[in-house]
Amino acid sequence: MATLASPARTAPAVTWDVEDGIATVVLDVQGQPVNVISRAVKDEFLACFAALADDTRVRAVAFLSGKADNFIAGADIEEFVKLSSAAEAERLAADGQDMLNRIARFPKPVAVGINGACLGGGLEFALACHYRVASDHPKTQLGLPEVQLGILPAAGGCQRLPRLIGARAALDIILAGKSERAAKAFRLGIVDELVPQAILADITLAAARRLAGGWRPKRKRPGGFVGFLLDGNPLGRRIVFRSARKQVLERTGGHYPAPLAALDAVEHGLRHGIAEGLKREAQLFGQLAVTDVSRKLVQIFFATNQLKKDPGVANAPPPTRVARLGIIGSGFMGSGIAGTAVAQAEVDVRMKDADLARVAQGILAARAILDDRLKRRRITKYEYARLIALLSGGDSYAGFGRAELTIEAVFEELSVKQQVLREVEEVLDANAVFASNTSTIPITRIAEAARAPERVIGTHFFSPVAKMPLLEVIPGARTSPQTVSTAVAFGRRMGKTVIVVQDSPGFWVNRILAPYANEVGHLLAEGASIEDIDGMAVRFGFPVGPVTLLDEVGLDVAIKVAGVMQEAYGDHIVPAPGAGIAALVKAGRLGRKSGRGFYIYKGGKKRGVDESVYGLLGVHPNGGPRPAEILQRLVLGMVNEAARALGEGVVRNPRDGDIGAIFGFGFPPFRGGPLRYADDLGADRVLTDLERLAERFGARFAPSEVLQEHARSGTKFYS
Amino acid sequence: MPGLNGRRVAVVAGVRTPFSKAGTSLKDVRAVDLARYATRELLERTNLDGKEVDDVIFGQVVASPLVPNVAREVSLLPQFPKEIPAYSLNRACASGGQAVADAADAIALGNANVVLAGGVESLSDIPILASRRLADILFEASKARSLGARLRTFAKVRPRDLVPVSPAVAEPSTGQTMGQSAEKMAKENHISREEQDRWALRSHKLAAQGTADGRLTAEIVPWLSPKPGEPVLKQDNGIRTDTSLEQMAKLKPVFDRRYGSVTAANSSPLTDGASAVLLMSDEAARALGYTPLAYLRSHAVAAVDPGWQLLQAPVWAVPKALEHAGLQWKDLGLIEIHEAFASQVLSNLQGFAAKGWEINQDIINVMGGSIAIGHPFGATGGRIVTTLANEMQRRDVQFGLISICAQGGMAIAMVLERR
Repeated sequence: MATLASPARTAPAVTWDVEDGIATVVLDVQGQPVNVISRAVKDEFLACFAALADDTRVRAVAFLSGKADNFIAGADIEEFVKLSSAAEAERLAADGQDMLNRIARFPKPVAVGINGACLGGGLEFALACHYRVASDHPKTQLGLPEVQLGILPAAGGCQRLPRLIGARAALDIILAGKSERAAKAFRLGIVDELVPQAILADITLAAARRLAGGWRPKRKRPGGFVGFLLDGNPLGRRIVFRSARKQVLERTGGHYPAPLAALDAVEHGLRHGIAEGLKREAQLFGQLAVTDVSRKLVQIFFATNQLKKDPGVANAPPPTRVARLGIIGSGFMGSGIAGTAVAQAEVDVRMKDADLARVAQGILAARAILDDRLKRRRITKYEYARLIALLSGGDSYAGFGRAELTIEAVFEELSVKQQVLREVEEVLDANAVFASNTSTIPITRIAEAARAPERVIGTHFFSPVAKMPLLEVIPGARTSPQTVSTAVAFGRRMGKTVIVVQDSPGFWVNRILAPYANEVGHLLAEGASIEDIDGMAVRFGFPVGPVTLLDEVGLDVAIKVAGVMQEAYGDHIVPAPGAGIAALVKAGRLGRKSGRGFYIYKGGKKRGVDESVYGLLGVHPNGGPRPAEILQRLVLGMVNEAARALGEGVVRNPRDGDIGAIFGFGFPPFRGGPLRYADDLGADRVLTDLERLAERFGARFAPSEVLQEHARSGTKFYS
Repeated sequence: MPGLNGRRVAVVAGVRTPFSKAGTSLKDVRAVDLARYATRELLERTNLDGKEVDDVIFGQVVASPLVPNVAREVSLLPQFPKEIPAYSLNRACASGGQAVADAADAIALGNANVVLAGGVESLSDIPILASRRLADILFEASKARSLGARLRTFAKVRPRDLVPVSPAVAEPSTGQTMGQSAEKMAKENHISREEQDRWALRSHKLAAQGTADGRLTAEIVPWLSPKPGEPVLKQDNGIRTDTSLEQMAKLKPVFDRRYGSVTAANSSPLTDGASAVLLMSDEAARALGYTPLAYLRSHAVAAVDPGWQLLQAPVWAVPKALEHAGLQWKDLGLIEIHEAFASQVLSNLQGFAAKGWEINQDIINVMGGSIAIGHPFGATGGRIVTTLANEMQRRDVQFGLISICAQGGMAIAMVLERR
């Protein structure tokens, strides 16, 4: 599925002409950058194929996209969002199936030439055609992303794909909502031919001509003997489905119904035939389309799409295009930013550190991100060679003069950061932007050292940079709008979802994490076990619990952040009494990076709790509070703080706040984010629960003004 | 008419990798990567935008068959637009110098404004060839039409055909190696073992001094190894601070064990490294905001019969370059003579002296030479141009001379000027 508003269309989307018995049909939805299948386009399709059926000159059809680098991005998501009942949704799916059935049974063979994204309904259409040619252009990607929106491929995708490439390979794509490059799609057997873009149309036409002459492609079941054992017979398939179901449950924790439904649709179809399978597909689509989970995932999809176009600041001047990036500090964060910038934005990166050996280490660490992509075949060895040549470094600021953007990731201390800023400003171009990567230091303070504070901004990357999808961009008091738009645009080129956040302690993510993390200490002190705390959070839908999260962040860093937060918001952000985490840090247990924190880590894997932790913390696990209370205290503390921070204007709107929580630390997407979650619970209920907790535990649960106001007036964060 | 005909050519900057004895720190690095590294760092140091460059010229003597045009791989660095043409050349050990000379000509004639000239050699990464017979058999097999025919062709392979062949170290025209030629020159010009060792010791001492006071290392871009855990290479690793005449005297001659005098200590070592020099027209340098280190006033090449004294061609190249420059020997404030062998340097100096030129050692190879610093064939020219230009600036010397002898009986000479 893809989305785009559907403006009034004048020119037709589907056009064709006939030559030598072959009809060449071109889809080009006018006024839109990509082809999306809407009701109106479907009608044109049907009319076109009806006409072609009647046209006696036509012996075969070649189908192409009129877009330069898009085939079909999917069905129109706007129409999908408007669905109000399961029955209506089921009808929509059945209509789509009907159209594709007509194409599959079309008396004249249809060959498609695929260049650019071929996703969702687009791939389902291609699967219904009789011959598929794909270009080897890097933008040619084929996939069925439906489950990412909480639904399933319901235009025959769950039927035709497994029949074409085998159940295992099909489930691999459908259940994860994956897209594959053209070369992989060819290897899997999704497309019949892989050709250079320049000859795609010719080859598609030639295939149509061959098909018209009665030729049919011979397709071998992929996978050889193992393929036969697992995909080729009912017994083998049963094993495949059982293990797939197990994997899905492990991955989703049972929170997401769509992959299981897709699995069901595939299995049902293979067992009872394609017609029954289609029926089941449509039914399940109807049920899923109106689930709360799907609604939430679609909202997130829209929110991230909006954020992709959001310049981050009102009346933003166009961002400066960054071709060259300076990085100061080649430690873990600096090298992570460097490697990700090269891999994603393909900019020229110059690193600087005081000591050349550290620079060499940093370049290696940055390069590891590219090594990983090479190993996973995301890039070719030639692309790799070009990309690693973008990484270099030294112990001076030589070369920083041409950097449009410089990001410092030096030691987290104001004076060090100011010193670096003063030094580099000597060599920077007059229009260059300087970004401080920090999680705790106010940007406005850093900028006090600058000659040009309007070009100083904060960026808060999350660790590990290559994997974490969020970036907080923090303008200081005097930061210019263009500096903001430049930082936001570059963050986006690095593949990050960017939210612009107020320059206040903890920014957004650490601010709302603070009560959540502190609560761990309180709960432990009351006798809760580490496993119980993490277990409840995971059951709620977090990818990892708060204790594991602390280990990931690093306990030394966590203490630093906690200190800053307490200093700023001590009236309501209250750490547990006692030595707490400091005792662990003192004992050299810094979390995952030192192999020991709350948990023990061996060979990069979490090995379980080390019981001696409780001794160090001075607590005794004895059951502690009820599980439901553990969860309530963890989550409502965070919700309360999110409401308070939103009220202070830390984020610009609830959308940014929820996206920050989801992409920053994995707040369960199917719950829509802490603010959306509060809306769902209802402000009055959240208020009542908080008041009850405040009675028992004091100020740290005192309901925020914003929540009280919503409860009083019966309003919501999202109106 | 003095100097190059045409526009003035500025030497804006030059850098090189550390020179590393073959088989040591840089042994796993391909030549092309050394060349790219030096070039990229030159761009960083000069803050030059890659798109300003009109042409890239690199010298290399033993090119890899996998990268036959190393210059093009340099100009395809992502820091450049892909549209910068590039060529590699081979004038043996004078290749780097020739790259600079070619760049200068292109600029002087107005065919280019900004040219990057460099040189590279990895003597750790020399191509090993298949025997002629094996090559013939492989060629024949590639043309065989059936599996049977192919197998029959392969059946002709004999064990001795599998012995790999190293590239020639001897002059193809005479069969004499470099070392044998250096030995011959020592004998014919009556240069003693002690004189040679003294020159070698001088080279090490001066190079060590230049390294210690930072004059020599100023031109070096530290090598950050792409392999984890390897130390950063910040200086040349062949320069000896601990050697003495006594120690050198203990070494056996390599090329003539009975009556010879050329030893490992008084010869330049096999070396890996790369150099890169940025040249511009005077106008371009000014327009881009650079202050040139020096200008290239003239250059000249010469050759002698390789069967005579293989490395004595400088005695013909230098007067030619001086004549082109409209200068005399006594006008020179600094002289850089490439040191392939101490016997060759001393023979060259003897030749110069025979012209009535006064030899003032205080201005010759003031930071040592190739014997100590090392000699990656293609890279040496760029190294010497950079060393000389930098030192001319430090000493505010008006005229400097470069003399490089080369295999095949050739030599190149250049005159730099400051203002």
